[in-house]
Amino acid sequence: MAFKEIELNMGPQHPSTHGVLRLKLAVDNEVVLSVEPILGYLHRGMEKLWESQTYTQIVPLTDRLDYLASLSNNLGFVLAVEKLAGVEVPKRAQVIRVVLAELQRLASHLAWVGFMANDIGAMSILLYGFEQREDILDIFEEYIGGRLTVHGIRLGGVPRDLDGPLIARIKTVLDAIPHTLHDIQALLNENRIWKQRTVGVGVISPAEAVERGLTGPPLRATGVARDTRKDFPYSSYDDFDFDVPLGKNGDVYDRYRVRMEEINQSIRLIRQALEALPPGDVRAKVPRLFKVPAGEVYHAIEAPKGELGFYIRSDGSEKPDRVKMRSPSFINLQSLALMCQGNLFADVVGILGSLDIVLGEIDK
Amino acid sequence: MPEKPVDEAALRDEERALRDRFPESVREAAFEKGELTVDVGRASLLEILRFLKFERGFSSLTDIIALDLLRSRGETASRFVLLYELTNFAARIRLRLRLEAGADESAPSAVPVFKSADWAEREIFDMFGLRFEGHPCLNRIYLPDEFEGHPLRKDFPLEGRGHGL
Amino acid sequence: MTDGGSRPPFLLTRADQFITWAQKNSLWPFGSGLACCAIEMIATAAARFDIARFGMELFRSSPRQADLFIVAGTVTNKMAPIIRRLWEQMADPKWVVAMGNCAVSGGPFPTYSVLQGVDKIIPVDIYIAGCPPTPQGLLHGLMTLQEKIARSRPTQEIFRTDARETG
Repeated sequence: MAFKEIELNMGPQHPSTHGVLRLKLAVDNEVVLSVEPILGYLHRGMEKLWESQTYTQIVPLTDRLDYLASLSNNLGFVLAVEKLAGVEVPKRAQVIRVVLAELQRLASHLAWVGFMANDIGAMSILLYGFEQREDILDIFEEYIGGRLTVHGIRLGGVPRDLDGPLIARIKTVLDAIPHTLHDIQALLNENRIWKQRTVGVGVISPAEAVERGLTGPPLRATGVARDTRKDFPYSSYDDFDFDVPLGKNGDVYDRYRVRMEEINQSIRLIRQALEALPPGDVRAKVPRLFKVPAGEVYHAIEAPKGELGFYIRSDGSEKPDRVKMRSPSFINLQSLALMCQGNLFADVVGILGSLDIVLGEIDK
Repeated sequence: MPEKPVDEAALRDEERALRDRFPESVREAAFEKGELTVDVGRASLLEILRFLKFERGFSSLTDIIALDLLRSRGETASRFVLLYELTNFAARIRLRLRLEAGADESAPSAVPVFKSADWAEREIFDMFGLRFEGHPCLNRIYLPDEFEGHPLRKDFPLEGRGHGL
Repeated sequence: MTDGGSRPPFLLTRADQFITWAQKNSLWPFGSGLACCAIEMIATAAARFDIARFGMELFRSSPRQADLFIVAGTVTNKMAPIIRRLWEQMADPKWVVAMGNCAVSGGPFPTYSVLQGVDKIIPVDIYIAGCPPTPQGLLHGLMTLQEKIARSRPTQEIFRTDARETG
């Protein structure tokens, strides 16, 4: 068969690129030779915008970064500001933040498994995942009014307390999720078609993954045990017991298994947190025009997509001098080219899906 | 914030190790808010990064951050500053290197040492216009190639200069 | 309503009613999911809010096969020419819904790279405010679009090329 390199364009309008991502593929018949992502179709100038907003105003804007896990973005940003300003967050607020952040992780992973399976062709999983996710979004809506861009974690703590009925509602949802998870896993885990499309596809070695700055489930699927909640604990995560699921082969299948197991671990965390809610305030007093003392700080959290970090430099006023977001999807996407090399062209969609990228976070 | 207390002793060890190995290149070191920032000279940036990566266990270049200090320093030679966030996961410590970009607004590229620097440097080139010597393919990453200006500079207006639609 | 002149003939109004009934109940959306609003659009298409009730479950990925362009999310200057080209690729009759504050007027992003409203490049029929609009909001907007289609006069477009009017 004669060698013929073809250049293909995928996106930015494409059902499976998870947003406006453009990929330039060079293929030899069906085998991928190289992948070059072209970004910027959702570049909204967030970092520039933040320099002209007060810290309080920036918090809701961070919702729009990783829009599938907006509470994680809120948490990452407010923790960095609180570290810089030396704000003491009450213990009850910290535990509520754990509950909210882990509920958000559940919602993000359920949406992810839906999209991933839909890309491979199993559309029912999209409906199962989204239906279960709706219950979690209902909790957010009852808590603070937002479904998707929640803005439920604020500077100093959380805006509202979790009262008895809401806690009972959360527990009901936590009881229901394992059934949905069981349904999804029964359909996918030992499914011959799913395994043929995911096992051994998009492999990356642990050394290559660390070298390229990969974080989150794609890194843990290669067997490297790194989780910011364990390595650099924040917001009282070290008070709770949870495991960090690891994979072995670093392929798409292991990434799927890692995220499914993370759902179980998140449920475990939320149950512990709900039992351990200490009495007290839910928010420290933080003025609306919050003048943060001059200095700089970097703080990272474990978002559902990976290590989400915020670098903030303050000049002493109520608006930051510089805010830089360390975006996990941006850094993870750099590894796409290596993961796709040598695989079939049809697998690019599966590999891209397994990285769990969100363009809002990549393009800022 | 009652997080795990930062191991200041471990960070000071790293500072001492750097000073011992690179006495002329390591300038100030400041420990604030539980974070260590070490000022380094440009000439030995790559060697310092290699030393930290291979001999001190800082296996991850978490991020590269650029600052435009126009407001505080004016249009001087030291207008742009680069920060390299490094993480040692085994020892659970982070370290920050600080580098002045210089009057020609360029710096050595960290890609030969850490592949994860690739897109981070392209982003800084796109947003600030700083060039990285030795980068394999220094193009804009977000904005179209024909865009004029570098948005994150302090003298670039938020709403742009009317080059859009 | 504003067509002036004599009332249109009975057969043509009946034909209009039939055509618009068919059009509004079988809109095929071209889901241009750009940002956060896209997730709410997908949630509207999922089981709980079920856009299929309105005949719109068949989200097409190719503009050639769609007649409703839902611009869901922020349109950046880089993406704008592509949105314009996609809209041009759709065949008439077509409708555009600007979903979310970003598509309506740039949203919370008055920045150098964001188009301040998709109506700067393509004509918009329905504007749905919200950041993001809830699925109920999107459905309300789509129902409003259906009412707008019901008021339109397709037969007049066939017989009079200068009259492309809707109520």
